[in-house]
Amino acid sequence: MASLITKQDQLQKETGTVFSIEKFLEQERGKDLLRFSTAGSVDDGKSTLIGRLLYDTRSVYDDHVRSIEGKGTAGAGVLDFALLTDGLRAEREQGITIDVAYRYFSTERRKFIIADTPGHEQYTRNMATGASTADAAIVLVDARKGVLIQSRRHAYIASLLGVRHVIVAVNKMDLVDYSEEVFRRIQQDFEAFLRAANADGRPVELYFLPVSALLGVNVAKRSPGETPWYGGPSLLELLESLPSVEDTSGAAFRFPVQRVVRPDQHFRGFAGQIASGSIRVGDAVTVLPSGRKSRVERIVTYDGDLQEAHAPFSVTVTLEDEVDVSRGDLLVRGGEEAQLSRRFAASLVWMDGQALDPTRRYLLKHTSHTVPVRELSVRHRVDVGTLEEFAAGSLNMNEIGVVEVETRRPIALDRYAEIRGTGAFALIDGRTNATVAAGMVREIFKDEPHSQHKGPVTPEQRAQRWGHEGEVVELRGPAEVADALEHALFDLGAVTVRALRRAPAMHAALASSGILVLVHREDPAPARLKIGDAAVVEIATDHIDAAVAEILKQLRENKILQ
Amino acid sequence: MLFTESLVSTVSTEPAIRTNPGHLRLLEAESIHILREVAAEFERPVMLYSIGKDSSVMLRLAQKAFYPGPIPFPLLHIDTGFKFAEMLEFRDNMAKEVGAELHVWRNEPAIAAGTNPIKLDTKRCCALLKTQALLDALKHYGFDAAFGGARRDEEKSRAKERIYSFRDTAGQWDPKNQRPELWNLYNARVHPGESIRVFPLSNWTEMDVWQYIHEEKIPIVDLYYAKERPMYVRGEVLMPIEQEFVRLPGEEPQMVRSRLRSLGCSPCTGAIRSDADTLPKIIAELLSFRSSERANRVIDHDQEGSMEIKKREGYF
Repeated sequence: MASLITKQDQLQKETGTVFSIEKFLEQERGKDLLRFSTAGSVDDGKSTLIGRLLYDTRSVYDDHVRSIEGKGTAGAGVLDFALLTDGLRAEREQGITIDVAYRYFSTERRKFIIADTPGHEQYTRNMATGASTADAAIVLVDARKGVLIQSRRHAYIASLLGVRHVIVAVNKMDLVDYSEEVFRRIQQDFEAFLRAANADGRPVELYFLPVSALLGVNVAKRSPGETPWYGGPSLLELLESLPSVEDTSGAAFRFPVQRVVRPDQHFRGFAGQIASGSIRVGDAVTVLPSGRKSRVERIVTYDGDLQEAHAPFSVTVTLEDEVDVSRGDLLVRGGEEAQLSRRFAASLVWMDGQALDPTRRYLLKHTSHTVPVRELSVRHRVDVGTLEEFAAGSLNMNEIGVVEVETRRPIALDRYAEIRGTGAFALIDGRTNATVAAGMVREIFKDEPHSQHKGPVTPEQRAQRWGHEGEVVELRGPAEVADALEHALFDLGAVTVRALRRAPAMHAALASSGILVLVHREDPAPARLKIGDAAVVEIATDHIDAAVAEILKQLRENKILQ
Repeated sequence: MLFTESLVSTVSTEPAIRTNPGHLRLLEAESIHILREVAAEFERPVMLYSIGKDSSVMLRLAQKAFYPGPIPFPLLHIDTGFKFAEMLEFRDNMAKEVGAELHVWRNEPAIAAGTNPIKLDTKRCCALLKTQALLDALKHYGFDAAFGGARRDEEKSRAKERIYSFRDTAGQWDPKNQRPELWNLYNARVHPGESIRVFPLSNWTEMDVWQYIHEEKIPIVDLYYAKERPMYVRGEVLMPIEQEFVRLPGEEPQMVRSRLRSLGCSPCTGAIRSDADTLPKIIAELLSFRSSERANRVIDHDQEGSMEIKKREGYF
């Protein structure tokens, strides 16, 4: 086994000078922080890659290395690096990573936080969790297998959650003889997919690297011996050079108030963490949602007042005027106001075993406030592997879709693609208290408070809810066809009444309320159909299912069914 | 203070060039946000104060989070009866200095029954004097959120802990059923009897903690600094002489230049030979270490995955 040299030895060797603690501390002061997430399928070698990064940067202690020696499946004399990171008993037993685990390592230039997320489909929620705070994402691809659906899912989730830098590490290159052709093919597949996936999100920077985690190829150092055709940086060099903490200096100022600090009657400050942009003493600010205006009087910290502060720092702000501000309010700079609305569309990652149910009570947690949701409806579900959109009334665990949300109170929002902090929200189930979904605001609608709740429910609202217009549908034919049709409509959620006797006035009244009125008269096949005032159509089949399908098609063509 | 320059930009017509604020400032900002969220969203939060270096950092962060107001929650120390005398003195002074209310809780029946890690094994001793005492204290005062100074880099099962760690009505942790933690939006909703353990230092490493103590000049217990101390010397192991019952027959203490790397109960915390009597020396020493800070704690090694088992039972 390779002997572990200490960081201090390493530093001496590299700088060629005697180690000086003062120099070291000075260097540490200049260190910044990069958060990245990793995702990969069970066998992509993700844990091995992270174990390798930790080991090669001397971030693993001897007692941890000793505890894995001779264990695992890597073969005699080779350390199974995956064991350094697979923490919990259950996953050691099953040989898989089951939850987000956070790892830390640092180099001379940077401290890194890894959100190590599992690769199975059923843990999409953990992947989204890891990506939500990440500046970069490493997506693992097994060179032998190419771009599998899992890898696409990871890349899609990373881009959906606004991760700026997506690094595709094509692993196990040693098992394909370091073939450039294999690498380029994977690169092309991936680029095509992500271009399509990211049609309306934040811009994503893509990087491709050929690696072998097990052998350390292109991990900490470049390996021209193995991949002479690759001219890019090693994984660690890339991680060290990516821009870290997002530069939001040009972005609008957003300051969600967490707490009112009021130690005595002379001081009233508003404590929070700046979500975006920067603020200076004297700047004009607006309090949302009240719209009250004032100016920044002081920016207070324990370490002394500041003239200017920027994201992501935690400060306490006092204002020149006695305006009413409380937890959950948002301070913005005058002229850079966020949109106030109750209604918006959002991408949603569903994370709970209990599927999205539009009749349940959900709470929306956004910045420092929690607002009840009045209405939640699904526009469509996205198949993460193929990017196809499907009509859906609900979302199951680990499904992703686009929803429309209406909250009970107006909230100050930004589009997630523009400002992460004020465009992100979590949904909480009001009864179980579970965190059920991650949401990203895509589109903010004009705030029309309760407009749709004034007056009686309109035919349009019914049509929107029920998925069809009201109409009288006359069917002459066998009772089996009428029964099958009624069931088919019922299964679609249509509100259908089976009229048992002729009463045209009543049928018309029901139809004008948005109800489908099915009037059946027994006749031998083939069935004949009359939709409202339209001409009679003969259903030219005596097969029941085919007849029903034809009738539904007719209803759609006549714009009765959506 | 440190890095003020990067927060205050000089008046200039040039577009502001952001200098790197430094990783400690970023960690600090995140921790302060967490402390404020908990204070705002829970009815009865408490800060577990263990007197160690991590607690000392957490306490300073709480001072910063609520400045110029006072810390809006009490401190709770779980006293096993085996803490070093210097620690208890430091604890009382510190609480006074920051002006926080301090609760001390001991599992008195277990202590009266003579519970110690030699009579029982370390696992059962911890279960009674730490875990049981903690659960009793939380219940007695009705605390619905408790801050702990644990860090994810300490131990493998801690790496998977959320910042808000949900505990059921028995105070237990279910690693397979943790709430997703998205962005900095923490779900504080609990039913009666359930609680949340909060770890504001989750993303700090041991090195970050020491550098922050150095930069911020945070007072820490003197036991962390090397000096001549009486120890029972057992090969590589240095056993503090604090408790008489750890003494083996015929054993005599020797003066050894030594210090403690992490503070626990005296019978279960070995000292290390060291010359590090200043913070820079401690940090330099840390760089040369080849084993993790908990390696000198007996409790983590009882069995494979022992920390995870204890956490499931309600341990911090």
